[in-house]
Amino acid sequence: MPELLLTAAVIVLVSVIAGLPRILRGPAVVDRIMAAQLLGTGGIAALLLAGVATATPSFVDAALVLALLAAFATIAMARAAPRGDDAP
Amino acid sequence: MSLLVDAFSLLAILAGLVFFAAGTAGLLRFPDASSRLHALTKADHLGLGLIVLGLLPRAEAVGGAPRLIAVWLLVLVSSAAAGPLLARLARRR
Repeated sequence: MPELLLTAAVIVLVSVIAGLPRILRGPAVVDRIMAAQLLGTGGIAALLLAGVATATPSFVDAALVLALLAAFATIAMARAAPRGDDAP
Repeated sequence: MSLLVDAFSLLAILAGLVFFAAGTAGLLRFPDASSRLHALTKADHLGLGLIVLGLLPRAEAVGGAPRLIAVWLLVLVSSAAAGPLLARLARRR
């Protein structure tokens, strides 16, 4: 069972990393922020899965901290985005 | 009984993975920013929620279910706060 959880964690990470080209290609700033938020959430999911798979409580703490940082990063990026970005 | 619990948690985690993959595919394929935001918030909330739901039966190993639910609630609150910000940013064309 733990191996399945670890493979699920890897699958989540692979699917989130597949979404990263949106950061490079994204016309508007908001696409980049969204991809970053998805990466944060995917990281949290992978941390939780790995934590339960290896039964180490510290992973859940790391996921909690990542959740907090991802939230602040997203909100900071959203506030600091250039006002009139010229995206299509 | 434990087989049933394992099957349930596997099913929930698989559903969570499906939502993550769908959210990522939506983020890549959708034409404009607001539809991407729509896809992204689904992946965030439902994907993580289902994964946490699947992990709950095995949560004693990591210090109990309330910790997992706390992580999920924090992500819910934070992306609920960030969503309207992003939507306003996406709408300002």
